Amino acid sequence: MKALYNEAHLELRTPEGMEFTLPLAGPVSRMLALWIDLAVVMVAGMVIEKLMGVVAAFSADAAQGLTTILYFVVTMLYSILAEWLGQGQTVGKRLLRIRVMDRDGLPIHVSQIVVRNLLRPVDMLPAFYLLGGLVALASRRGQRVGDLAANTVVVRTRQLEPPDWRKLLAGKFNSMLEHPHLAARLRQRVAPELAGVALDALVRRDQLDDAARVELFRELADRFRGLVEFPAEGVEALSDEQYVRNTVEILFRSR
Amino acid sequence: MILDMHRFLEAARPVWRELERALDHLENDPDPQWDLARTEAFYRLYQQTSAHLAEVRHLTAERELRGYLEQLVARSYARIYVRGAERSRGRWWQWFTAAFPAAVRRHGKALTLSVALFLLGCMFGAVALRIDPTAKAALLPFGHGQTTPTERVKKEMEIRGRHISQARGRFSAELMTRNTRVAFFTLGLGMTFGLGTIVLLFYNGVILGAVALDYVVDGQSMFLLGWLLPHGSIEIPAILLAGQAGLVLGHALIGWGNRLPRRLRLRAILPDLVTMAGGVAVLLVWAGIIESFFSQYHEPVVPYALKIGFGVVEMGALTLFLTRGGANESSL
Repeated sequence: MKALYNEAHLELRTPEGMEFTLPLAGPVSRMLALWIDLAVVMVAGMVIEKLMGVVAAFSADAAQGLTTILYFVVTMLYSILAEWLGQGQTVGKRLLRIRVMDRDGLPIHVSQIVVRNLLRPVDMLPAFYLLGGLVALASRRGQRVGDLAANTVVVRTRQLEPPDWRKLLAGKFNSMLEHPHLAARLRQRVAPELAGVALDALVRRDQLDDAARVELFRELADRFRGLVEFPAEGVEALSDEQYVRNTVEILFRSR
Repeated sequence: MILDMHRFLEAARPVWRELERALDHLENDPDPQWDLARTEAFYRLYQQTSAHLAEVRHLTAERELRGYLEQLVARSYARIYVRGAERSRGRWWQWFTAAFPAAVRRHGKALTLSVALFLLGCMFGAVALRIDPTAKAALLPFGHGQTTPTERVKKEMEIRGRHISQARGRFSAELMTRNTRVAFFTLGLGMTFGLGTIVLLFYNGVILGAVALDYVVDGQSMFLLGWLLPHGSIEIPAILLAGQAGLVLGHALIGWGNRLPRRLRLRAILPDLVTMAGGVAVLLVWAGIIESFFSQYHEPVVPYALKIGFGVVEMGALTLFLTRGGANESSL
């Protein structure tokens, strides 16, 4: 079944010209974070009521007034203070590993935090965050009304662990380099245009659809196989794409 | 470029490890007081890692590595290119007495429009009630439509404020929180390109205009002034200031006369919006206290002249505050 929500990314470019992406938080993780935060506010509300029970022993009116004000302050200020102190993360967002950031990928300022939270009542219209949810679903960056006003986005905080280097290096052995004389012959026989086409095919492989990619690498691999024959035990297990990859490495690698 | 992954990783991994350590440090201590040499070293690590990312970005087989490097670059970028801190708003007192009125004055046209919309609503409410008195129940909130002003004044004089004498604190708190919610909502509706804010300002004006006409026609002008002015002279301007902020937000969205992209227009007004919202909240706290502890007491407990005089003084002080506050502090 096709998902209603497709993972979106915030595309950014640093002043040095480097492009990178930040994965945007999906609606479900944002909603779960909101529920957790509501639970935190409810617990705070219960604590306030208990504390005001003590004040009520002296003045019931003062206790009721303070309860009203403190509950209002907690509901209004919880998200603001939590996002400010938690660098864009409330308790719910921390647990769901999401974070509020500036739309330019920078940490958020206090004014952005205040405005995105002041506009929550508008996002809640007419009920249950319907307006905010619909605006977020329609927005390319998943921004609710408050996010649009404050120029903020909610991103997923990535796994920080480095990749498994052993896994990364596995399969990188180029069996064709085990035969330097055949590699040298390949360099002699491959025309620069064909080498360029092979390199282009590797660089742009993601832009090709699956069928076209399989077909292109099959054709290229056949051309290379026809130029120089490597011993079967070294190349028979290679896919067409890996054969082209190994060939390109031989052709372009500085000796 | 074809990458020799063994050599590449051998050379690059120490750089990434070092950058990760620096980032962990920075994220635990956002203001680490690094000296120039350490800051430069951090920037070099970021540049080197960016270059490594450029090398692997086309290696589609290395998604995991690319994701890891993107994450390192993103974290570093967020630490290096932090926007300058927002202008210091000084201490709380200075923020309220200087930054708040200065922000209000910076958007004077929006305030004028906010007042005009409210007054237009007042006129509409008064005229509508004059033309069709049967619309009273529809126009007036809080049960005002069910009784005549004279009946209400008589009742108020009989109970002499006893009805809230045991609940002034709760009543005051409810007024503060309700009005603050309404004010923030009025501001927030600026995101409807100002339309929601315009409707709320006009609607509040309609209610006030209809209530005022009802009391005036019934010969209860003094009671009305004595009842409304002590808290209304602050509460109504606070709602108008919230409306002003909403209109500023709406204007930034529409962008009339401003060629900057929308996000930059919004970014430019954010500090003023926050300042105005905070100032409005403070005014509404004051109005809530006055409404609960002073406005609800009428003659013979508190003379109308005193209540009206108090309201007029408040209004004058607020006008002076908003027009002169922070005028000598050019940096605000």
